Amino acid sequence: MKQYDAIVIGGGHNGLVTAAYLARAKKSVVVLERRPRVGGAAVTEEIFPGFKFTMFSYVVSLLRPEIIRDLDLPRHGLHILPLESTVTPMENGDYLAAWGDHDETRRELYRHSPRDAEAYDEYGRLMHFMAQAVKPILGMVPPDPTSFAPGDLAGLLKLGKHFRSLGGERLHALVKLMTMSSADFLDEWFETDVLKATKSASGIIGTFLGPRSPGTAYVLLHHYMGELDGVFRAWGFAKGGTGAVSDSIAAAARSFGAEIRCNAGVSKVLVRNGHATGVALENGDEITARTVVSSLDPRRTFLQLLESDQLPPEFVQDIKRFKFRGSSGKVNLALDALPSFTCMPGIGRQHRGAFSISPSVDYVERAYDDAKYGEFSRRPYMDIVFPSMIDPGMAPPGKHVMSIFVQYAPYNLNGGWTDAKREAFGDAVVNTVESFAPGFKSLIRHRQVITPLDIERITGLSEGNIFAGELALHQLFFLRPAPGWAKFATPVRGFYQCGSGTHPGGGIMGASGRLAAMRILKDGT
Amino acid sequence: MSLRTTPFHPRTGPLSEGQAWRRWAGYVVASSYELSHDREYHAIRNSAALFDVSPLYKYLVTGRDAARLLDHVVTRNIGKAKVGQVLYTPWCDNDGKQIDDGTISVLGDQTFRMTSADPTLRWLHLNASGLNVSMEDVSERTAALSLQGPSSRAILQIAAERDLSALKYFRLTSARIRDIPVTISRTGYTGDLGYEVWVDAAQAVPLWDALMEAGTPFGITPAGMLALDVARIEAGLLLIEVDYFSSRHAWIESQKSSPLELGLGWTVATEKERYNGQAALAAERQRGPAWQFTGLTVDWDSLEQLYADVGLPPRLPGQAWRTSVPVYDRGGHKQLGYATSGGWSPLLKRYMALAHLGSEHAPGTEVRMEVTVEHRRKQAKAHVTPLPFFNPERKRA
Repeated sequence: MKQYDAIVIGGGHNGLVTAAYLARAKKSVVVLERRPRVGGAAVTEEIFPGFKFTMFSYVVSLLRPEIIRDLDLPRHGLHILPLESTVTPMENGDYLAAWGDHDETRRELYRHSPRDAEAYDEYGRLMHFMAQAVKPILGMVPPDPTSFAPGDLAGLLKLGKHFRSLGGERLHALVKLMTMSSADFLDEWFETDVLKATKSASGIIGTFLGPRSPGTAYVLLHHYMGELDGVFRAWGFAKGGTGAVSDSIAAAARSFGAEIRCNAGVSKVLVRNGHATGVALENGDEITARTVVSSLDPRRTFLQLLESDQLPPEFVQDIKRFKFRGSSGKVNLALDALPSFTCMPGIGRQHRGAFSISPSVDYVERAYDDAKYGEFSRRPYMDIVFPSMIDPGMAPPGKHVMSIFVQYAPYNLNGGWTDAKREAFGDAVVNTVESFAPGFKSLIRHRQVITPLDIERITGLSEGNIFAGELALHQLFFLRPAPGWAKFATPVRGFYQCGSGTHPGGGIMGASGRLAAMRILKDGT
Repeated sequence: MSLRTTPFHPRTGPLSEGQAWRRWAGYVVASSYELSHDREYHAIRNSAALFDVSPLYKYLVTGRDAARLLDHVVTRNIGKAKVGQVLYTPWCDNDGKQIDDGTISVLGDQTFRMTSADPTLRWLHLNASGLNVSMEDVSERTAALSLQGPSSRAILQIAAERDLSALKYFRLTSARIRDIPVTISRTGYTGDLGYEVWVDAAQAVPLWDALMEAGTPFGITPAGMLALDVARIEAGLLLIEVDYFSSRHAWIESQKSSPLELGLGWTVATEKERYNGQAALAAERQRGPAWQFTGLTVDWDSLEQLYADVGLPPRLPGQAWRTSVPVYDRGGHKQLGYATSGGWSPLLKRYMALAHLGSEHAPGTEVRMEVTVEHRRKQAKAHVTPLPFFNPERKRA
C-alpha cells in the first residue's frame, strides 16, 4: 500500500493551501475531503438552476498575496474583483455611502457631519499605522511568551522590538484597540451614529459579541490591513464566487502533484507510540503517511479524530473550553431583477458594492440582545452583496443572485433549530430587507436559508462558527487554539493542525495553511 | 476642442466622469471613463470591455498587385494568406530596423485593410512604383470598436444574431449588427478573447448602442486607454514610441530595433521573395540578435524590503508606467539593459515590466531593476520572465 509523506484531512482552503505547499516541496500528499467537492466553507454551488450561490463565505478578505504568487493562483483561475462601495440605508430614508473615491466619500460624510469628515482622514491614518503594526504578526509563527526556547525568545524579541518601534502614542492606541468595544473606540472619533454603526459592524462578524462588547475594536483593524495591501487588492469578490478560490488552490495543488480525494471522510487518526501513522476513513479503509495534518477545527481535530487518552488531559480541557458559538447565518437568493432601495432609488453602481444593514449602533446592539437571550435577531445586521453585479456569470444574463450575511443567528437557539424556525429566520431577513427596499420580495425566485446548524451539518464547522472558533482576543495568537500549542504542532508527534482554528485564523486568508506547511517542512516529514 | 473627436464621441463624451482624455493620432480618446480605471481593467479579464479604437490609421489597399506591394513592405508572407485572415506584422527599413507594426486584413483576393500606429500612406506609395495598386486612407471614414474579454463572444453573437464560434483567432468575417454592415475580426490588444468591429463612421453611434444593449446583461464596460495599457503589458504586446522607436523617428542608430530584437522573429518570413530589410534580417538571424525584448517580474519581498527600510509599506504606481528604467546584473553594477513599460498586474498580483536586455540573459536570470523609493534610487530584485505574463486558453479557443 502506498505510504504518503503527508495526509491532509479536509479540503477547505487552508487544507488545500497546506497540501499545495507540501506538494510544491516535492512531498507526496493526499487531501481527504468528506464532501463531494473541495472548498469547505468556500464553495460555490448551483442550488437553483443557472444561479450560483456563494454558499457560506462570500468575499475574499485577506488572502495572502504571497500565496497567490507562490501557487500561481491566477493561472489556475483566481481573479479577485474589487468591491468598492458600501451603502448603509438609514431608517429615516437617508443613507451613508462610502465610495471607491476618497474625495467622494469625504464629501458624503461631510453631508452628515463636517467634523467627522475631517476626523475620518485622521482616523484612517491612525488605523493605517495600527494595521502596519499588527500585520507582521499575521505572517509569523506565534512565539510562546512563557517559553525560553531559542526560537520563542527570538520571536518575542523581534515582536518586542517591533512594538517598541511604534512609539508611545501608537502603542497606547493599540492597547485601546485590543481592549475596548468598537462602539466606545469609535465614540472617541466620530459623532455620526450611522457611521459608527457601519464601522462597528465589521467588528462583530463571526463573534458572539455586540458592538458595545469589549474586545470588538480589534477587528476594526482587519479592514485596514486589507488596505495596507493596497494595490494587491486582496479584498474583494472572487470571480466565480469563493468556490473559485478553493478550486484554484486545488488546481495548483494538483499541478504540483498532490492527490485530492472527495467523498473520503476521515473517522480517526491512527496513532502508534505517540506518533501519527495515518488515518482510518469512514468506509473503513486505512491510509498511512509519515505526517498527518488536520484542517478541521480544534474540537473535531482533537476530540473527534483522536481518543482523549492520546492527549494530555490539560490540553483536552483547553480544547473543550475553546469557544465556537456560531452566531451568523446566510440567506442566498435568486432574483429576477435587482431591488431598488428607498434611500437610493433605481439600479446603479451602488449594486456593485455592499449594502450594510446597520442603520444605528442601537439597531446592531439590539440585534445582539435578541441573540444573547437565545433568539435570532428580529431585525438583524446584514451585509448584502449582489455577486452577479460583479461577476455576471453568477446568474443567467439579466438575472441576479443576492448574498445576505446575517447576524445574529445563535447556534444554541431557544428550543433548537427546526425547519420552521429556519424559515421564520429567513422571513425575518427578507422582511427586514423589504423594509428598506419595498417590492424586493416579489423579485425572489428561490431562497436558501442557512443557519449555524446548517453550516455545521454541511461543512462540519463546530457550532457553525465561520472562523473555526471565535475570533476573540482570548483565542488569538499564541492562545489559538490552546496555550503552548499555537505553532501548528500537536501533542501527537507527526500530527499537525493547519485550519482557521490556528493562528492567525479567520476569513479566506490561507495564512494558517501556509504557516503550517512551513512548519511541517521545517520539522522534516 | 482643437483635436478631433472620434465618431463615437456622442456616446463616449457623456460617459467621462473625470474628463480624462488622452491624445491618440490627432484624436482624443478616454483615458478612463470612471475616476479610476480599475473596474475597466477588470472588465477585460472578467466580462467584456468596450474600447474606441477609431484613431488607428487605416488604409485600403486594392488592385492586382496589392498583395505584391504589401509583401514588399511587411515582413510576413501576405501571398500565403487566405481571404478572411488577419496578420499581425511589423515592417522595416532596408537595414531591417522596424518602422511600425500593425495588422493586415485580407478582405478579398485583391482587397486588404492595413492598420498602423503612424501614418503610412507615403511609405506605401514609395514602395508601389510600377505596381498596379491603389491605396486609400480610410482612417476617418472607418470607425472601430474593440470588444475584449471572456464574455465578448456571447455579446457579439447576440448583437450579430449569429454563431461566432467558428471564427478563429486572427480571422475576420462580415456581419450585420442591427442591419449595420460591419466587419468583425477576432483581434485585439489585450491578449484575451476579443474582437474588433469595423464600421462606416456614419453608423458608429447605432453600433455602439447595439453592443451596449446586447452587452449590459453580461457586464459590458466602456474602457479607456489606462486599462488597456495594463492588459497589453500582461499580454506582452509592445507599443511604438514606448517600447521601441520607429526607425524613421530615431535620431541615432542605437534607438532603432529590429523585429528579431523585439521578440517578433516569428513574423519575419524566411521563404518569401525580396522585401524591405530582408537581407539585413537574414544576416541578423544568422548571427543571432544582440538584444531581446522580454518580461521582468519584480521580486515582491525585495521591493517590500526597500520600502520597509524607510518605514513604509510598499507602494506601486497606480497606473502602468512608460519610462525608461535601467536594469542591472545581480551585483547591481553592470547595466544589462532597460525596461520601457511596467506596472502592477491586479490579476496576477505581480509587478511586471517589459524590458530590452542583451539576448544572453535567459529566462529565470536574476537581475536588478531601478526603483525610486522616497526620492532615492534603489534596486529591486527581478527575474527575467518569458512573455506573455498572461495567456488564457480562451484567447484562441
